[in-house]
Amino acid sequence: MNAPSASAATDVVRLRIPRKGEFVAVARLAIGAIAGRTGFSIEEIEDIKLAVAEACTEAIRFGGDEPDVELVCESSGGGLSVTVLGFVSPAQRESFESVAGEDREPSDLGLFLIRALMDRVEHRSTGAGGIDLIMSKRMHAP
Amino acid sequence: MPQTREGGPLEIKVNVRSDGDVSIVELAGEVDVYTSPKVKEVIGKLIDGGAYKLVIDLEHVRYIDSTGLGVLIGGLKRVREHGGAVNLVCSNPQIRKIFDITGLVKIFGIFDDVTAARKALA
Repeated sequence: MNAPSASAATDVVRLRIPRKGEFVAVARLAIGAIAGRTGFSIEEIEDIKLAVAEACTEAIRFGGDEPDVELVCESSGGGLSVTVLGFVSPAQRESFESVAGEDREPSDLGLFLIRALMDRVEHRSTGAGGIDLIMSKRMHAP
Repeated sequence: MPQTREGGPLEIKVNVRSDGDVSIVELAGEVDVYTSPKVKEVIGKLIDGGAYKLVIDLEHVRYIDSTGLGVLIGGLKRVREHGGAVNLVCSNPQIRKIFDITGLVKIFGIFDDVTAARKALA
């Protein structure tokens, strides 16, 4: 058996859940397992789980009629990045931006928590006029 | 029913008891976008029935998200309209951290046990 070794490679996990509140916990538990495998501390794992759950909840709220929420989780020795595809639908963009406040504190508690718990949070416009959310947390030296 | 990694159900249990003019709401489980409507309903009915002094016991809550926080804030706003208050019981550091970073420690009384939270409402 090969011993586990640190690797610079990035492992990618794609997760697709139904756009329903009862499945947010599934994403939360899955991201907890991925964060644990990445090497984060228990406290950091709890932060990541909450941030991802909040992102899923926001995606349910602002994601329009898409049936699913898709997460792309990229784990490496440097940390973890999670992209929520179709986070905001084109039709919901104006409504989202009224509470998101990219250059100020968001008025929405869920968005506030995501920014507080993750190291970096970005909004990326999609070609269709919607928004993907990209959030990441770095591994800190022990 | 789905199970958590720890083996507990992905559900919320809500128990209400009275101690004089204080209603104590005991929550156990996870308060999230799925379960918080149940908590909101219970707290709403209490307030509708004239209970304006609430202790909400989060000691057995493993997880709370922004929708759960929103339910607590909504309850607090409603009881304050009647001169009431909501005190929370929470010693779990991960949950207290959420109240810290959102600034909600400034609007809720947060105590380590029900006795202290109850006494502060007297």
